[in-house]
Amino acid sequence: MISNEKVITADKLTKKFGPFVAVDQISFEVNKGEIFGFLGANGAGKTTAMRMLCGLSLPTSGTATVAGFDVYKENELIKRNIGYMSQKFSLYEDLTIRENIRFYAGIYGLSDQRIKEKTNLLLKQLSLEGKEKTLVRELPLGWKQKLAFSIAIVHDPAIVFLDEPTGGVDPITRREFWSLIYEASEKGITIFVTTHYMDEAEYCNRVSIMVDGRIDALDSPANLMKNFSADSMDGVFLQLARKAVRNE
Amino acid sequence: MQAVVVENIVKKYVVKKNTVDALKGVSFSVDKGEIFGIIGPDGAGKTSLFRILTTLLIAESGKATVDGFDVVKDYKQIRNRVGYMPGKFSLYQDLSVQENLEFFAAIFNTSINENYALIKDIYQQIEPFKTRRAGQLSGGMKQKLALSCALIHKPTVLFLDEPTTGVDAVSRKEFWEMLHRLKTEGITILVSTPYMDEAGLCDRVALIQKGGILSINTPKGVTKEFKKPLWAVRASEMFHLMNAIKNDNAVESCYPFGQYHHVVFKNPGDDKKRLEEIIQTNHFSQTEIHSIEPNIEDCFMALMKE
Repeated sequence: MISNEKVITADKLTKKFGPFVAVDQISFEVNKGEIFGFLGANGAGKTTAMRMLCGLSLPTSGTATVAGFDVYKENELIKRNIGYMSQKFSLYEDLTIRENIRFYAGIYGLSDQRIKEKTNLLLKQLSLEGKEKTLVRELPLGWKQKLAFSIAIVHDPAIVFLDEPTGGVDPITRREFWSLIYEASEKGITIFVTTHYMDEAEYCNRVSIMVDGRIDALDSPANLMKNFSADSMDGVFLQLARKAVRNE
Repeated sequence: MQAVVVENIVKKYVVKKNTVDALKGVSFSVDKGEIFGIIGPDGAGKTSLFRILTTLLIAESGKATVDGFDVVKDYKQIRNRVGYMPGKFSLYQDLSVQENLEFFAAIFNTSINENYALIKDIYQQIEPFKTRRAGQLSGGMKQKLALSCALIHKPTVLFLDEPTTGVDAVSRKEFWEMLHRLKTEGITILVSTPYMDEAGLCDRVALIQKGGILSINTPKGVTKEFKKPLWAVRASEMFHLMNAIKNDNAVESCYPFGQYHHVVFKNPGDDKKRLEEIIQTNHFSQTEIHSIEPNIEDCFMALMKE
């Protein structure tokens, strides 16, 4: 459910590495419960922008708050109040399903009682009851990704950042993954997601497209397609990304 | 003569006492000069298949030839003739762009000049960075260098293992344009990808899942195999719409596709009427229903369920 409460506010947020402007004065807001797609070609500045919003990298200039906390002064509080998952880093392969849940929930400071409740709830939601002692390594990729997402929101964060969560996953599991995203959003968790699958961009409430460090478009997929006279987000993306002059 | 013939190839791995069937008796053949796509998710067996065909891995059983040569007996001839670009970047990170290219040319007893025409379009894009170490290149530039190195000896058959994974939509499109230019040089191309939308860019495709082939056909042929009528439905509340449709007993499948849900009924008949009823009962607004042609991903999902 989308409300008017702002979970992210960014105003002229900028990151420079020497003379190179990786992120160039981006300004946008994301509402509570919104599914926000963060698109851009390789090298457009998405990762750098995401690292600032996650409290992992200090901006050069501009302002931003995430979950109500300032990215300059309260980055430790940001880390505690967000979830993060990427395809590259998610779970510990040589720990069991239960151990991974216990580990992450423990890191986020959940009580033993709460961890127990959450573990049972999560196993039930993912139909993994009876498999809690399975090593994560032995799970098919799609299951791993679904489990990783559920664990990324085990501490009920205000917002979860998903960095290409569905790469290489089969088309049915990819859609099951998006069902989990919708459910989380219904519960009021804000979703901030990057993807190379343009059909997934169309599942987002709003989408921003970065080109050469700037946000060159930000709107609902329907409006973007209308404004760019394209019949899919693929068409919108190609028109914008082709303008890029920066060589990755 | 066919460029690649694969007959009943079986590959198993033993992982901690468990046997995993990576390839369960796969057969297909590829014509000379064809772009043949192996389309499937991670774990489908694409890399094992490529490694067997490039003589880097030996199958448990079955037979395969590349350019008429047996992948086991004639591995030396095959290695001289094929180009292989693995999914993982495998060039020398601490050699420069030019040094990598020179190295691969030397290994194949040729020079950059000899086949420059073939790689010119691709290599020119990275030539301004030719003194940069390969490890310092961006993803897109690494991909172009790897392709140049795989082509430098003018291979007859080119194997590209997931060349576009993790690559943005624009670079993917450019990469496929490069492949179509190579096709005009008469090079046979086997390319694997997890992106279903790339199937349409191949002459023929094999859809692969869990070590087995689901279908081999032209992209158009694959979609023609989809027998039941397919419906695209939308409403303002897409998530609730999906649940409502899925809960209807007459529905076989309902999957989100961008702004629409694609719906198939178990026993096609009054499909449209039934969808209208679901919409009315649940009071959805801003609705739209129309019949559509299936795409490769619709077909893949239907085949996965069979």
